[in-house]
Amino acid sequence: MSHPQSTSDDPPGSGTPSAAPSPPAGGVPVDARGADAAAIPLSVYDLTVAYHRKPVIWDVSFDLPPGQLIGVVGPNGAGKSTLLKAAMDLIPRASGRVQVFGQPYRKNRHRVGYVPQRESVDWQFPVSALDVVTMGLYDEIGWCRPVRKQHRERAREALHRVGIGDLADRQISQLSGGQQQRTFLSRALVQDADLYLMDEPFAAVDASTERAIVDILRELKSRGKTAAVIHHDLQTVPEYFDYVVLLNMRVVAHGPVQTTFTTENLQKTYGGRLTLLDEVTEAMRRREGGI
Amino acid sequence: MGGNQWLADLSVVIPDAGDWLARCDSPGMFTAQIGWSWMLDGWIVVVGALAAVSATLLGNFLVLRKMSMLGDAITHAVLPGIAVAFLVSESRSSVAMFLGAVIVGVLTAVFTEWIRGVGGVDEGASMGVVFTSLFALGLVILVRGADAVDLDPDCVLYGAIELTPLEMVSLFGWEVPRAAAILGAVTLINAAFVGLFFKELKLTSFDPALATTMGFSAKWVHYGLMVLVSVTAVACFESVGSILVVAMFVVPAASAYMLTDRLGVMILISVVLAALSSAVGHLMALQVPSWFGYRSTTTAGMIAVAAGIFFLVAAAFGPRHGVVVKRVRRIVLSLRILCDDIVAFLFRAQETRAGSEQLRGVTAAQLTDALFASGVSLRLATWLLRRRGEIRLADGGLVLTEAGIERGQRLVRSHRLWEQYLVDQAGRGMEEIHQQAERFEHFTDRELREKLATQTDRPELDPHGSPIPEEG
Repeated sequence: MSHPQSTSDDPPGSGTPSAAPSPPAGGVPVDARGADAAAIPLSVYDLTVAYHRKPVIWDVSFDLPPGQLIGVVGPNGAGKSTLLKAAMDLIPRASGRVQVFGQPYRKNRHRVGYVPQRESVDWQFPVSALDVVTMGLYDEIGWCRPVRKQHRERAREALHRVGIGDLADRQISQLSGGQQQRTFLSRALVQDADLYLMDEPFAAVDASTERAIVDILRELKSRGKTAAVIHHDLQTVPEYFDYVVLLNMRVVAHGPVQTTFTTENLQKTYGGRLTLLDEVTEAMRRREGGI
Repeated sequence: MGGNQWLADLSVVIPDAGDWLARCDSPGMFTAQIGWSWMLDGWIVVVGALAAVSATLLGNFLVLRKMSMLGDAITHAVLPGIAVAFLVSESRSSVAMFLGAVIVGVLTAVFTEWIRGVGGVDEGASMGVVFTSLFALGLVILVRGADAVDLDPDCVLYGAIELTPLEMVSLFGWEVPRAAAILGAVTLINAAFVGLFFKELKLTSFDPALATTMGFSAKWVHYGLMVLVSVTAVACFESVGSILVVAMFVVPAASAYMLTDRLGVMILISVVLAALSSAVGHLMALQVPSWFGYRSTTTAGMIAVAAGIFFLVAAAFGPRHGVVVKRVRRIVLSLRILCDDIVAFLFRAQETRAGSEQLRGVTAAQLTDALFASGVSLRLATWLLRRRGEIRLADGGLVLTEAGIERGQRLVRSHRLWEQYLVDQAGRGMEEIHQQAERFEHFTDRELREKLATQTDRPELDPHGSPIPEEG
C-alpha cells in the first residue's frame, strides 16, 4: 500500500468532490489515495491509542467527506475526545496514520481549528473574552511577535459574529456558560481554518447558544468548510449533521446520516444502553423524514 | 581528613563559595549597630527588591498554572544540588555550583512531570516525592563528603541579605554589591523572557492543548519556565535565603491576582508589590523589634512577612475577590434598598390618605410588618433617612419631607412604569409584575425611566390602575 501523495494544485478547502448533492456511499471506508488525498479533510487509518497499555480506541479508520457537518457520536468513554486529540498529535498514538488534507497534522495544522471542551480550561484566568479569541491568531502572528491592533479588531469582529461582541472586554469568568462556549467558538472561527474539530460545543449551553452554534456550523458548511463535532444529544443528530461517525472504542459505522444513523447501528454503538426514547425519536424521524 | 578541612580549603581558594555556607553569623546583629544608611540599607533594599521582582515575574505564571509549589520544590532541591555538583565535578568555581544547582532544579521539574505521568499521581504528591528525595540525597552526600558541615538553618532559611553590601564588585565603573549585579542580571533575563514570550506564556498557561495544536509546544515553554525558575531560585537563594524565594514566587503574584483581572496588569502589580515588600520589609526589620525592646531582626524574613501582609490586605479589600469589599458592598446595597422601600412605603401611605383629614405618621411597627426587615437594620435605615432629611417624626409616626416625597415619587414612578412595561412589552402576566418591578425600581435612574416612559407611550396609570407620578 503506497501512501497517498499530496497534490499541491488542489485548491485549499474546496469541498466539491463529495459535498455534491448525492452524498458518498455510506459505511464503506474510502481510503485516501492519489489526487483525492489532499481533498480529504481528515483521514484516519488503523489508529490505536492506549493509556497505560490499555487501549482507548482500536483500529479506527475512516475518511471524513469535505464540506460537510460531521457528528462524532458514542457513549461516554468511547474515546471520542481521544480520537480528536490523537488526530492533532496531542496524545501519542500506539499505531496508525492520520492525515489532514493529505499531509501529516503538523504540516497542515494551520488549516485546523480546534474547540476544546469548555471544562478543559480555568475560566478564572485573568483574560478577557477578546484576549481568548485573539489567541486563535497567535499561530499567524508567530513566536515572540506582539499582538497588534488589527488582530484585536479581527477578534472583536469574530465575537460579533457569534453574537457577543458587546462582551469583548469582560473577564471570562463573568460570562455565562453559553457565552463561554461562544467565545471558544469564535476563537476557532478567527483562525479561518478549513477543518474544525469541536469537542462537545453543545454541552450545557442554553437554547439560544445552541441555535447560534448551529447557525455558525451551517455558515461554515456554506463556505465549504468541514466540521467534526463530538455530540451527545442523539435526537438532534439528524437535524444538525450530514454525516456521522459512530464510535465505541472502534468505529461501529460511519457514513451519511440517512443511511448510517439507524437504530441498529446505534444499538451496536451503545450496546443495551440505548433507551426507548431514542428508539421512538428514530421512528418519528423516519416517519416524518420519509426515507 | 574531614569535611572541615575541605571547607577551610574551599574558603581559601574561593572566598565566595565558603562564604556562602559560612557567612551567616546572626545577620540580625549587624543592622542593629548601624541604623539606616543609604550605602548599606539602600543596597539591602535594592538587593531584596531585585530578588523579589525576578522571582515574582515568573511567579505569576506559576500561580496561574497552579504549580506555585514547584517554586518551593525547586528552591529546596537546589541546595543539596549545589553539594552534589561540588562533589561530582570537584570543581570549586561558583559557576560549576551554579550550573549544578540549575541542572538539579530542572531535573526536579522533569521528575515531577515524569512521576505524575507514569505513576498517575497528582502534581502535588509527585512534587513532594521528588524534592524531598533530592533534598535528602543532597544532605547525605553533603554529610558524607563534608562530614560535619554545619548547615546553619538560619542561613538556609534567611540567607544573608544584610551582608550583601559588604561585597562590592565594579560594574561599568560603578561599585555595586555582587548580589545586586547577579540579581539584576537575573531580573533582566526574566523580564526579557516574560516580555518576549508574553503571548506564548499566556496561551500555554491558559490552554496548553490548544497551544500545542497551534505549534506552541506547551512542554517546551514549561521547561523554559522551569530553567529560569531554577536559575532565579539559585541566584536568590544565595543572598536572600529560601523563605524569601519561595514567598516571592507565590505571594506578590497571588496578591495581584486578587486585584485585577488582566494578566498584564497582574504582572505589573505583582512587580510593584514585590519591590514594595522589600522596602517595607527592611524598614520593619529595623523598626518593629525595637518597639518590643529587641534589636533588629532578619530582613529576608520581614520582607516575606511584608509580602504576606500585602496579600492579606489584597484578599480583604481586592475588588475581584476581596472579602471585606464584597461584604461591605452587599450591606450598603441592602441598606439602600431598605431606605428605598421605607420611602416608597411612606409615599404610598400618604398617597392613599391624601384626601382624608387624619394624616397620621407611619409607626415603626407598621414598617416592620410591611417590609419584613429586622429591627436593627430598620432603625439604622430610618436614622439614615432622618439624617438626610428625607423623613421626619410627626403625627405620632414617620412622614416624608419635601426631599423624601421627591425620592418617593421617583421610586414609585419607576415601579409603576416597570409594571406597565412588563405587561406591554415583555408580555408578563399581572401576577408576576409587582415582584419584578419591586426589584427593578432600585436600579432605575432618570435616563432609564425616560426610556421606559417612551416605550410605554407615557401612560398615566399603571396596569393596576394606580396613577404614575410625574418625573420630579
